[in-house]
Amino acid sequence: MTPQDSGGVQRGSVARLARFFDRHPRLRLASFLSGPGAWLIVAYLGSLVLMLLTSLYGLNDFTGKVDRSRTTLENYRQVISTNGPYLAKIVRTIGIAAGVTVIDIVMALPLAFFIAKVLSPRWRRFGIVAVLMPLWASYIVKGYAWRTLLDPAGGVFRKTFHVSPGFGQTGLIMLLAYLWLPYMVLPIVAGLERLPDSLLAASADLGGRNIRTLRSIVLPLLVPAIAAGSIFTFSLSLGDYIAVGLVGGTTSVIGSVVNSNISTNLPFAAAMAAASIVVVGAYLTGARRLGAFDNL
Amino acid sequence: MKSTKRSVAFATVGVLALAACGSSAKSTTAGTAAAGTAAAGTPTFNIPKVPTLDKLGAGEGALDIVVWAGYAEDGTNDPKVDWVKPFEKKTGCVVAAKTAGTSDEMVSLIQSGGYDGLSASGDASLRLIVGGDVAPVNTALVPSYTNIQDFLKNRPWNSANGQMYGIPHGWGANVLMYNKSVVTTAPDSWSAVFDPASPYKGKITAYDSPIYIADAALYLSKTKPKLKITNPYALDQAQFDASVALLKAQKPLIGEYWSDYTKYQQAVTSGSIVLGTSWQVIQNALTAQHPPVEVASVIPKEGATGWSDTWMVASKAKHPNCMYMWMDWIASGPINEQVASYFGEAPASKGACTDADGKTLCADYHADDKAYSDSIHFWTTPTKTCLDGRGDVCVPYASWVQAWDAIKG
Amino acid sequence: MTLTIRAKLLLATLSGLVLIVLYGPLLVIAVQSLNSSAAGAWPPTGLTFKWWTKAWGNGGWTDALRYSLLVALVATVVALALGTLASFAVYRFKFFGRNVISFLIVLPIALPGIVTGIALHSAFDRLDISLGFLTIVIGHATFCIVVVYNNVIARLRRSSPNIEEASADLGANPFQTFAHITFPALRTAMLAGAMLAFALSFDEVVVTTFTSGARETLPRWILDNVFRGKQVTVVNVVATAVVLLSIIPVWVVQRLTDGGSGGR
Repeated sequence: MTPQDSGGVQRGSVARLARFFDRHPRLRLASFLSGPGAWLIVAYLGSLVLMLLTSLYGLNDFTGKVDRSRTTLENYRQVISTNGPYLAKIVRTIGIAAGVTVIDIVMALPLAFFIAKVLSPRWRRFGIVAVLMPLWASYIVKGYAWRTLLDPAGGVFRKTFHVSPGFGQTGLIMLLAYLWLPYMVLPIVAGLERLPDSLLAASADLGGRNIRTLRSIVLPLLVPAIAAGSIFTFSLSLGDYIAVGLVGGTTSVIGSVVNSNISTNLPFAAAMAAASIVVVGAYLTGARRLGAFDNL
Repeated sequence: MKSTKRSVAFATVGVLALAACGSSAKSTTAGTAAAGTAAAGTPTFNIPKVPTLDKLGAGEGALDIVVWAGYAEDGTNDPKVDWVKPFEKKTGCVVAAKTAGTSDEMVSLIQSGGYDGLSASGDASLRLIVGGDVAPVNTALVPSYTNIQDFLKNRPWNSANGQMYGIPHGWGANVLMYNKSVVTTAPDSWSAVFDPASPYKGKITAYDSPIYIADAALYLSKTKPKLKITNPYALDQAQFDASVALLKAQKPLIGEYWSDYTKYQQAVTSGSIVLGTSWQVIQNALTAQHPPVEVASVIPKEGATGWSDTWMVASKAKHPNCMYMWMDWIASGPINEQVASYFGEAPASKGACTDADGKTLCADYHADDKAYSDSIHFWTTPTKTCLDGRGDVCVPYASWVQAWDAIKG
Repeated sequence: MTLTIRAKLLLATLSGLVLIVLYGPLLVIAVQSLNSSAAGAWPPTGLTFKWWTKAWGNGGWTDALRYSLLVALVATVVALALGTLASFAVYRFKFFGRNVISFLIVLPIALPGIVTGIALHSAFDRLDISLGFLTIVIGHATFCIVVVYNNVIARLRRSSPNIEEASADLGANPFQTFAHITFPALRTAMLAGAMLAFALSFDEVVVTTFTSGARETLPRWILDNVFRGKQVTVVNVVATAVVLLSIIPVWVVQRLTDGGSGGR
C-alpha cells in the first residue's frame, strides 16, 4: 500500500508519522497519555483534590457550612482515634473486601478453567455469555433477591435448610461476592487463553502431574489476571454502601459513613474518603510487592 | 521535558484550588449569633441574606426541581396519575423533576446548584434555611397558602425569625407499629422498643437516620424528667449524651434499621420484624396486601415524632416565577389531595378534604385532627442555636450524624 | 497439562455449582415477578402475570432503559479508547509517575461512588456545565477506564515483545504492527474489558445521581421506585425482562468479535 523505493524505506504520511514518533519517544508517550491524562487530571482528579482539601477544614456550627477560615487536622484525628467508631469500621470494611476477594477467586478459578480449557471454542462463547448474563439484572434488584434468600424468618434459606445467615456481615459478604464474581471470572478467562498449550504439554513431558503443573506453572502465570480481577472485587466492596443497607442488617462500613456525613459534614466525609484512598494505595502496593504486576 | 508536564499538572490543580478558596467567601458571619429570643421560647437565627421574590412575573418556561419519587407524576408510571402535564399546559413551565432517595441527597443536590426548588423533609429544611441555600417565601404570591392547615404554618422547621421559607405539603407521624398476631398485648409506650428484656429482641426496627435520636430524647423527656428535655430537637450536651446512650443500649434489640418502604414491608410480611417505628402508609400497605398482615399502630403515651414536607425555593433559582406557580399548583386542594393519596400521607391543604375521596383520605391520615397533630413533634434540624430559645448551647446536626455513626458501631 | 476425563468432570461439576450460584438469585427474581403477593412473600402465595401486564403499560422504565443503553455504549467506547491508551503507556514506557497513573486509574472504583459523584458535580457546577447526557458519560467513563485498563494490561504483561520486534524487523511501522500483530492478540482482553465496562455503567446508580439531569437511567428509576414502595412489583418484572432481552445482543457481540481465540 505505501510505495517503497528500492531501499525498502516506506513513504506515505503514515510512515512519516511513524518515523517522527520513533525519533521523539517522549512525544509518543505524551500522545499516549494525553487522552487519559487530560481526562483524569483535569476532570476527575482536580475536583477530587478540591474535595479532599476540604478535609482540612472544620464546620461552622451555626450554618453547618465549611469553615475555611482556618485549617485543622481534627477530622483525621477523629478517623484514627481508638476512642471513636471509625477505625473499627475501616478495619471491618477491609475485612469484608478481603473476604469477598478470596471467595471470588475460589469460585472463579474452576469456572474460568472450564470455560477456557475444557470447552471447545464454540461452547466457550456460550460460557462467556453465561457469565455475563447476570450482570444485566439490576444490582438493586439482585440485592432484594438476596434479601429473599437470606431473610432469617421466612427466606429461601430458612424455609429450605432451616438455617440462614440472616442480615449481617456474613450475608453482606455473600451478596458482594455474588455481585462481583463475573468481574473476577472474565479476566482469568482472558489470562488463561493466553496460556500456550505447548507450555502445558512441555510440563507434562517433563514428568509433571496435573497438580504440580497447576501449582508451579499455571497459577503463577495467572497472577496478573487474578490481580486484575481482585482489584475490582476489593475496590468495589470497599466503597459500597447500598449492599450493606440491603442485607447488612445493622452493619456499618466506610461507605455508610461517607454517605451519611457528606451533606452535613463534607470535611469529615472527605477525611473518610481519604482513608479509603490510603487503603487502596496500600492494597496496590502490596499487590505489586507480591509480583502481581511484574513482566514475566 | 518531564518536569514541565508535571509542573503544568500541578499548576492546573493549584489554580483550581485557588479558585475554590476564593469563591467560597460566602457571607456567613461565623459564630457571633446573638442568643436572643424573639418571642418566648423561639430562637433568633443569624441567616445569610437571600433575596425573596416581591412580585410574581411571567413564567420563565422551565422548572428544575428535586423531589421525592411520587411527588411529581407526569403519567409515565401510571397514565391516570398525572398532575405535571396539566401544570405545564396551564403555566407554560416545562417541568424537569429529579428524584432523590434521601434527604441527604436532596441537600447535596441543592447545595451544588442547578435547581429551582425541592420538596424538603423536616430533617433537611431548617438545615437549608440556616445555610442560606433556600430563599424566604413571599406567601402573598401563593394564593393556595391561605387554605393550608394552620398548625403547619410558621413552625420551627419551615420558618425562621418569623419568616416562612416554604409552602407546607404533606405530613405524617412516626407511629409505633406492631404485628398483632405476634405482639399480642398492644403496646402503649415507647418502652416496647427500648426494653432490654424485650421478648422481641432482634425483631425490632428503628428509623435509619440520626434524626431518630430525637425519638430517644422524647422518650427520656417523660421517663427521666430530671434531664429537663422540653424539645427533642433542642438537646444540650448532657441531654444529647443520655439519648445517645439509650440508643446504644437499644442496638442489640434491633434486627434492621429501616429507610425504605419495600424493605420494611417485606420484613414484616416474612416475620423478621414485628415491632417498631413506622409510617401510616406502610401500615396501610400491609393491611391491604393479599394475604394481609394484621398490623396495628398507636401513638404512645409519650407522644411521637413526625415529618412534614415543605416546598422550598432554592436561593440560586433560575426560574423563581415558575417555582412559585408550581408551589401554588401543588398546594391547591384537588392537586394536594391527588398527591397525598398517591404518596400516602396527610394532605396539608384543607381543600383536600372536601370531596368524598378527600374525606376518606383525611380521616385515614388524621389530616384535620388537631389533637392528633398536637401530639406530634415534627422533624426539625437540630441547630446550635437552641430551638427552645435557651441560647447557643445545643448540639448541632453534624454531631448528631457522628453520634449515629457511633451508635451503629 | 492434558486434562484427564476425571479432571474435566471435576471442573465441570464445580463450574456447574458456581453457575447455579450465579443464576439462583436470578431465578428468585423471575419467580418474584410472578408472585401474587405484592410484598414478595416466600414461598409465593400464588402465580400471576398481572405485574407483567402492568409493566407493559408503564412508559417510565422503557425510557429509562433506552437512556441507560445509550449512556453505557458511549461511556464504554470512551473507556475503551482511553483505557487501552493508558495501558500501553504504562506498559511500554518507564516514566516518573508510572505507578501513580495505575493508582489514579483505580481510584474512581475504589472510592465510594458518592465521593466521585459529588466531586464531579461540584466540578460541573463550577465550570457551568449543565447536567445531562454528557456529564453522565464523563462520570461513567471515569470509572470504566480502569476495567478496560486492568484487563488489557494483564494481557500485555503476558504477551511477548519478541513478536512485535520481529514485525518491526520485517519492515512494518508501528501502526502496521499494531493493526496486524498487537491488536488481534489483545482483542479478547479488550472485549472482556468492554463488556465489563458496559455492565458497570449500565448498573451504576450512585455517581449517576449526582451527574445526571432530570432524565433517568434504569438503575435510578429502579431505586426511586423501590425506595418509596410504589412500583416494587414492576421492578422485578423489569429486571427479569432486561436479563432475558439481553441474551440476544450479548450473544451477537460475542459472535461478531469471535470470542475465544484459544491457546495455541
